[in-house]
Amino acid sequence: MRGIFIILLIFLAGCEQPGVIFHETRNPDALSEWGLMQIKQGELQLDLEVTPYSLNSPLFSDYTHKLRTVWMPAGKSAIANEDGSIHFPQGTIFSKTFFYPIQGGRFIKTTDLGTWFRPALGPGGGLDLSESHLLETRLLVKRSGGWYALPYLWNETQTEAHLEVTGAILPVTLQNPRVTADLTFNYIVPDRNQCAGCHATEYATRAIKLIGPTTQNLDLEFTYRGVSTNQLDHWQASGLLKMTSPPAREAMFDWRNKGLSFTRRARSYLHINCAHCHSKTGPADTSGLYLDLATENSVHLGICKLPIAAGQGTGGHRYSIRPGHPDESILVYRMKSLDLGAMMPEFGRATVHQEGVALVSHWIASLRGSCDRTATPM
Amino acid sequence: MIDTKPFYQISSPGFFTQACLTIATLLLVACSGQESSESDMGKQLQIQLLNAKPGDVIKIPEGRFEFQRSLSLRVDGVTIQGAGMDKTILSFANQLSGAEGMLVTANDFTIEDLAIEDTKGDALKINEGKNIIVRRIRTEWTNGPDTNNGAYGIYPVQTENTLIEESVAIGASDAGIYVGQSRNVIVRNNRVEFNVAGIEIENTVGADVYNNLATNNTGGILVFNMPDLALEGMRSRVFRNQVVANNTANFGKPGTAVAGVPAGSGVVINSNDLVEIFDNDMKHNKTAHILISSLYSTNYSDRESVSNFDPFPETISIHDNRYEGGGDRPDTEYLAALKQAVFGDEKSFPNIIWDGFINPEKAVDNMLPPELQICVYNEVATSVFNIDAPNGFANPRLETDQHQCRHAPLPAVELATASI
Repeated sequence: MRGIFIILLIFLAGCEQPGVIFHETRNPDALSEWGLMQIKQGELQLDLEVTPYSLNSPLFSDYTHKLRTVWMPAGKSAIANEDGSIHFPQGTIFSKTFFYPIQGGRFIKTTDLGTWFRPALGPGGGLDLSESHLLETRLLVKRSGGWYALPYLWNETQTEAHLEVTGAILPVTLQNPRVTADLTFNYIVPDRNQCAGCHATEYATRAIKLIGPTTQNLDLEFTYRGVSTNQLDHWQASGLLKMTSPPAREAMFDWRNKGLSFTRRARSYLHINCAHCHSKTGPADTSGLYLDLATENSVHLGICKLPIAAGQGTGGHRYSIRPGHPDESILVYRMKSLDLGAMMPEFGRATVHQEGVALVSHWIASLRGSCDRTATPM
Repeated sequence: MIDTKPFYQISSPGFFTQACLTIATLLLVACSGQESSESDMGKQLQIQLLNAKPGDVIKIPEGRFEFQRSLSLRVDGVTIQGAGMDKTILSFANQLSGAEGMLVTANDFTIEDLAIEDTKGDALKINEGKNIIVRRIRTEWTNGPDTNNGAYGIYPVQTENTLIEESVAIGASDAGIYVGQSRNVIVRNNRVEFNVAGIEIENTVGADVYNNLATNNTGGILVFNMPDLALEGMRSRVFRNQVVANNTANFGKPGTAVAGVPAGSGVVINSNDLVEIFDNDMKHNKTAHILISSLYSTNYSDRESVSNFDPFPETISIHDNRYEGGGDRPDTEYLAALKQAVFGDEKSFPNIIWDGFINPEKAVDNMLPPELQICVYNEVATSVFNIDAPNGFANPRLETDQHQCRHAPLPAVELATASI
């Protein structure tokens, strides 16, 4: 009886909805083979089984907008841990589609203070391609051997994205409505190893992990198909997520939330933009600089900390963070830099995130204390 | 005592570039199809690295290959082989993305016989890995010393069982060969030129540095410890090296540890313990052949975070080295003034200079006990010039008696790497 029901379902799905297909071993050349999304009637439309979501504090990626989705096999749920991390079941597929808003055929630079980074999905749930240009869609797929990263590059005609394991260099010009000068740069689509460069957050295992989806970062209102709900509530109600304890009901993680202290906002920003490498277990543990929210030691957080192997990255400055002096702090210098040997993050941006620099600068300006206590041992 | 081998000839600045140009020209003439852009060879190599499986040997043919993005390898047990450090050249002069030329995060990695040129950041970085072999690799910034050159040439960090040999590193704005936070390391038979630091061993436990030629750097060979890191270094042996005329003006970026190294430094020990320097030939290093200092006397002196860090160099052994010239024109105003005041125009600085910082908790009669001392023996002069930095250079003095001691020789590093 159950068998017949499933066959019937598959048959019905074949008529209208192709449905999501999880590929355990094969890496399809076309993104459409995953069934997560399709181009239809001038829109990027998500499969009905796919859940779009947003994050309180996203990673900065050259002012791109990002449409994030998650899909889990029927009957499976993710489990949230007390620290906010989430364990996702095998078969889970995350997608992140990078796009720029367009106007008159030109890419537009938008500020991300506001609601810009919440994907502008229409009431029908689709992304209008007359207003958006798709660059790439990155998949993180949880196979039996763990998470697997697959970068797909959209074609110029916006009809399909193809697997491009070596990534790509896309020359981009952003029109900045507020400023006369355009912003021209090379947008970099990562190769598969570079995906792991950020997502292998524990260097000892080198296993790929998720960065964005934690309960803290998912705890926000999201509107989809005309319904606005808190994402954690929605994920629980729909069976996607099981929680062992209730989440904190504060947007403690949104660096754009002006109701929070500079410290909280800056630490949240640094956490999501830096801590995948700069933690006690990350690839940048070589520097002794840990920028995750859990770090309490002020030196490891960068305050009066000496650089180790910063090279040109010091910018001539002595400390990662000099309290009260953002312009004499290596951290700010490297966020502002576009020099490949100095800039931070090392990868994933080719422009300066002005709003992020401003926030971290404000925070450092608000810090008290001095690094200049002379140590005289004799 | 005086070694007459003509180092200046083999290490003259123009030589290498000329040789490369000649070879490149020959190549172009011989096989004009070799010149390649990122689109074909670059992508092909990238795919090979992405799809590599343990045991793979990735061969890169003779030719000059341009890359716009970093290369990376994350698979254990892979060997990368070029056709020679003057024949297979990976050029990053037009790099658009990535903080290094090649980034390796893998165990059992071997790379041989190729050159990595003109990267925007580091040339070859190996971050966390066991059993690493770097052999006959050249990393070079072809424009010569420049503050804007990448920081490190050959750069293993947090590695174990690492061999770097017969390689060449030129023009790094920090260190040509930099080994950081590693265990069990051999650096031998390399040539390092025109870097701020020729070879730097930092926060590393167990390093043998021998048979290298370090010349025309700001500082030849450095053995350093830096605070706030997981591993505090010790047990380095620096021996049978040629440390010659490391007098290039310091072009390090201010703020880096090496930016404080005076030009004309042969071997520098900073805050490291159990270091043995012996059987080296040191010539014409204008500040001094050997400098021993504490974190307190670097440009990092003023800090509050050293509480868990031992900034005092202890149990240092210096013996059987040969010296020629040097110490005649120290860099930095305060060292120049010190030399003038104590030794006048005619005489040079002694071979060994020490800043004089000692741990007050371990001092006996204001001196280090014999087991922690700087011991000097079988040398032309067995005295150490203590510049008395702790007291603002009030009483700089030649000290002899306390350094007439011997430490047990340090054990040789043995690598657990099969193919050595």
